[in-house]
Amino acid sequence: MLAPYLPILLLFALATGFAVFSVGIAPFTGPRRYNKAKLDFYECGIEPTPQPMGPSRFPVKYYLTAMLFIVFDIEIIFLYPYAVANKALGLFGLVEIILFVATVFVAYAYVWRRGGLDWD
Amino acid sequence: MSPVALPGSGQNVPGFGDLPIWLVLIKVLLVFVFLVVMTLFAIVFERKVVGRMQNRIGPNRVGPWGTLQSLADGMKLAFKEEIIPVLADKAVYWLAPVVSAVPAFLAFSVIPFGPTVSMFGHRTPLQLTDLPVGVLVVFACSSLGVYGIVLSGWASGSTYPLLGGLRSAAQMISYEVAMGLSMVAVFLFAGTMSTSGIVSSQDHLWNVIPLIVSFCIYAISVVGETNRAPFDLAEAESELVGGFHTEYSSFKFAMFFLAEYINMITVSALATTLFLGGWRAPWPLSLWHGANAGWWPVLWFVGKVVAFIFVFVWLRGTLPRLRYDQFMHLGWKTLIPINLVWILAVTSIHVLRDRGWPAWKATVLPLGIVLLLIVVPALMAYEGYTARRLAAAAEDDEDAGREEPTFPIPPLDLRVPTSPVRREPVTAGLRGGATALDRTIDHGDTSDG
Repeated sequence: MLAPYLPILLLFALATGFAVFSVGIAPFTGPRRYNKAKLDFYECGIEPTPQPMGPSRFPVKYYLTAMLFIVFDIEIIFLYPYAVANKALGLFGLVEIILFVATVFVAYAYVWRRGGLDWD
Repeated sequence: MSPVALPGSGQNVPGFGDLPIWLVLIKVLLVFVFLVVMTLFAIVFERKVVGRMQNRIGPNRVGPWGTLQSLADGMKLAFKEEIIPVLADKAVYWLAPVVSAVPAFLAFSVIPFGPTVSMFGHRTPLQLTDLPVGVLVVFACSSLGVYGIVLSGWASGSTYPLLGGLRSAAQMISYEVAMGLSMVAVFLFAGTMSTSGIVSSQDHLWNVIPLIVSFCIYAISVVGETNRAPFDLAEAESELVGGFHTEYSSFKFAMFFLAEYINMITVSALATTLFLGGWRAPWPLSLWHGANAGWWPVLWFVGKVVAFIFVFVWLRGTLPRLRYDQFMHLGWKTLIPINLVWILAVTSIHVLRDRGWPAWKATVLPLGIVLLLIVVPALMAYEGYTARRLAAAAEDDEDAGREEPTFPIPPLDLRVPTSPVRREPVTAGLRGGATALDRTIDHGDTSDG
C-alpha cells in the first residue's frame, strides 16, 4: 500500500538532510567579522527607515489574489477528475462540465467587472 | 445513475512496489545527483548562452571552457560569512531556505526518465515512483515551494524582501491557475494522471501537436511560476534589490538559488513528459527500433529538457521585464479565459468523437460554437472597449486644450525686444564668479560620485 510512496519519503529524507546540513554548516565554514552595519537590513546603503517591531505588514490586496486563487484552484480540482473519467461519463459529463465552467465564468465575469483583477 | 468506475483509482502502477530497498536507495541517490549536476550545468549553460546572445564569451576561466564555474561559485558561497539581520525572525529565517529547497527535489520523484531497464539484475522502470495522481505530486511540491519564498520574505524583517516575497507568492499562485488549467486537456487525452501513463499515451503522436494551445499556455505560465525573466518581478533588481533573498547570504542563499534552478528543470521535465512525448525519441530517430529501448531514452529525455531550458534562457536574453500590473493582467485576463474556452472545445470534440461522430463533424461543430458564442462577442466587446477608451482619451485631450492654465502665459503676439547695447565689458567680475561657480559644481560632483 505504502510502497509507491516509499521512494518519495526516502528522497524527502535525503533532500531534507542535504538542505539542513548545508544551512547548518554555513556558520562554521564562513568567517565571522562583527560589524553593526552588516546586521542592519539592506536598503541600498542609505540609513534604513525605522520598522515596527515584528514584521507583519501585508498589503490587503494580496488577500484578494489568494481568494481568487482558491476559487480557480477548486475549479481545477473539479476539472481533473472529470478529464480522467471523461470516457466513462460520456455526454452527461460533457453537459455537466459545461454548466459548471459556465457558472464559474459568471463569477469570473463579475470579478473582472468589479475591478477585482485590476492591479492598482 | 450507476456508479462509475474511475480508471486509475485504487490500483498501483506495476513495477514499483516489489523492488529491494537498496535498489530504491540507489535510484533516489541517482535522482538527487542528477538534479544537482543539472543545476550546475544549467547555471553555466545559461551564463554561456546569455553571454553569446550579448556578444560576450561568458565564463571561460574555471575548468575546461568554464564548465566548472558554477561549482566554483558554490564552493565560494560555502565559505562566505553568514549574516542574519537583527530584526529577522531567527527560526523562520533559518527554515525558509530548507522549505524552499526540499519540495523542489521532491517534485522530480514522479518524472519518468525512460522505460523499464535492467538494473543490477532487476527489471525496473527508470522512474523513482509512479502514482495514479502523479502530476498532482509535482503540483503539490510547486505549491509548497511558495511557502519557502513567502516565509523568507516575511522573516527577513526588511522592506524589500517582504515586498518581493509577497509579489512572488501572488505571482506563483496566479500562474499556477493557468498552469493547472493547461494540463486538463492532457489528462483528457491520456485518460490518466500518472506520468508514465501520459508518456505511453503519446507513442503515436506527441501531445504538443493536437494540444498546441495548451502547450503555449503551459510554457508561458511556467515562466511566471518559476519567477524567471521576463516575469522575474519578485527579484526585479531595479525595483526590489534582490527580492525575497536580499537578506540571505552564504549557503542559505545557495539553497534559494538551487531551488530556483531545480524548479526550472522540473517544469522543463514536466513539459517534456506532458507535451513532448517524454523519453520517446524524436521523429527521425524513432524510426530506429532500438531508440525507445534500454538506456537510450535517458538521452532523448535530457536533450528535450535542455532544449526547454534553452528557451528559458532565450527568453531571458531577449525580453524586457514586464510591469507588475501587465503581468497580472496577462495571467488573469488572458491566459485563464483562453484556457477555459480551449478546454471546453477540446472536451466537446473528444466526447463527440467517442460517441461515434465523424471526425470533421466532431471538430467543426464545437469549434464553430466556441467561435460564435465566445470569441466573436469577446472580440466585439474588446473593439467597443477600445473605441470607448480612444473616445475618452480624445475627449480628455480636448478638455486639456480648452482648459485655462493657472500660470501666467505671455501674449501670443509677443514682439522680441531689441537687445540693449552693451556699454562696457564686465569680464573681470564675471570670470571670477564663473570660476567660483565651476568649483562648487566640481565639488558637488565628486561628493556625489
